[in-house]
Amino acid sequence: MKPRYLIPLFYILFLLLPIYWLVAMSFKTTNEILSGFSLFPQTFTLENYAAIFTDPTWYWGYINSILYVSINTVISVAVALPAAYAFSRYRFLGDKHLFFWLLTNRMAPAAVFALPFFQLYSAVGLFDTHLAVALAHCLFNIPLAVWILEGFMGGVPKELDETAYVDGYSFPRFFVQIFLPTIKAGVGVTAFFCFMFSWVELLLAKTLTAVEAKPIAAVMTRTASSAGYELGLLAAAGTLTIIPGAIVIYFVRNYIAKGFALGRV
Amino acid sequence: MKTVNQKAWFFVLPVLVLVAFNALIPIMTVVNYSVQETFGDNLFFWQGLDWFQQILQSDRFHAALGRQFLFTGLILAIEIPLGIIIALSMPRKGFWVPVCLVTMALPMLIPWNVVGSMWNIFTLPDIGLLGYFLNHTLGIPYDMTQNPVAAWITVIVMDVWHWTSLVVLLCYAGLVSIPDAYYQAAKIDGASNWSVFRYIQLPKMKTVLTIAVLLRFMDSFNIYTEPFTLTGGGPGNSTTLLSIDLVKIALGQFDLGPAAAMSLIYFAITLLVSWVFYTLMTKNDNT
Repeated sequence: MKPRYLIPLFYILFLLLPIYWLVAMSFKTTNEILSGFSLFPQTFTLENYAAIFTDPTWYWGYINSILYVSINTVISVAVALPAAYAFSRYRFLGDKHLFFWLLTNRMAPAAVFALPFFQLYSAVGLFDTHLAVALAHCLFNIPLAVWILEGFMGGVPKELDETAYVDGYSFPRFFVQIFLPTIKAGVGVTAFFCFMFSWVELLLAKTLTAVEAKPIAAVMTRTASSAGYELGLLAAAGTLTIIPGAIVIYFVRNYIAKGFALGRV
Repeated sequence: MKTVNQKAWFFVLPVLVLVAFNALIPIMTVVNYSVQETFGDNLFFWQGLDWFQQILQSDRFHAALGRQFLFTGLILAIEIPLGIIIALSMPRKGFWVPVCLVTMALPMLIPWNVVGSMWNIFTLPDIGLLGYFLNHTLGIPYDMTQNPVAAWITVIVMDVWHWTSLVVLLCYAGLVSIPDAYYQAAKIDGASNWSVFRYIQLPKMKTVLTIAVLLRFMDSFNIYTEPFTLTGGGPGNSTTLLSIDLVKIALGQFDLGPAAAMSLIYFAITLLVSWVFYTLMTKNDNT
């Protein structure tokens, strides 16, 4: 092993330590946690997880989160595809301004939008639905999706489009049968990013829901304040929120480096 | 060359409608609040630019803005060089590459409030791994609920833990795109490691690095959930960053007017700095 590999090694250890602590704590009993410091769980217990899987408020939190994240990912990718194609292939009135305006929405602090979002979605009668959170997250996910997809599409030579038209393909048929398969890595990476940013966001998701669509992260904060301080339970719930991300990341592992460059390398 | 085609607007329309619905209506609501005074019951009184004046002159805003710039400055100063160093020392091919990438991406996929709670648990003085290690093994008194410096260090370390991987992955993507021939040529010329970095690797990383700086700037400037879950803005006001202060004013005190004015000033600052970065970035694209 080359000595320079020690740097990523230590970095990864540093990344894993807090995660280890969270996982270790989730297997401890509340008594053990409060009675003092122990590096490994002394009495290994699954009661924290059992509590989560038997209580509907808890497991519905997960289902709600996964539902709105999925809806958001589908909407974001679906509307971003034609838009990114337009930006990468055509010049039109105000294209550059529009592109920058889209990006500015990623710069807006979510805290600024929390209250107006609450009023807006209450006014249109979507408050406390999965669709509300999914649509609200479009604010920062659509610009990102357009940005990444435009990068990937820019890497596909224009001759591909022209040859297809010469061969008599109509635009929709060309887009679905030829163009989409060519950039499928880009679509996968985009979906991954949309999933990621929608999954980790809490402020808007919490503001826009009360009971029916309450995300898991909000269930956690409520539990932390109302049921005293049940660290074991909180740790188990936290551990479970890592799993969906880990699964998704496993599927895109080979494209991840290029995806992070937003296709622009 | 791109062809001029105004019909392309139809392709952009769905995006435009969805984003405008989410962006324009709320921002207009904020603008409305920022120039009026309300006592509830939907009664509004014209206030003009008073709130803006009040915010811009208030010490509280200056302090929060100062803390915010200090935080973002420190974050960029630590994460960007650290990310470059880690990306440079990572293996380029083989079994360990996907392992590294997946583990490094992991912190970014954890919900932000869980990140905060996780670090809270990790740093508890008597039962947290880090807190216990510092207090009882090394004998350094450490309690971030009491000591502002400890709180700052914890918030910074947490963000480094959370987001350095983004810089690493971006830089890594730039590095793997460099053809081997470049390195061979450098070897024949007898170039030092430093000149390989300065004249081959750094220029190739320029675009992705600008994206990294831009994203890290925007996200660290808007950060709310993680420090709020970790420290609640305390001890005192020492880690009350701009977003935390904003939410305190808007939802805690329900001072909608000043909060709205502050939101707009906040947004304007983010926009201005990002625009400078963006201009630099697109300038690089053309050359």
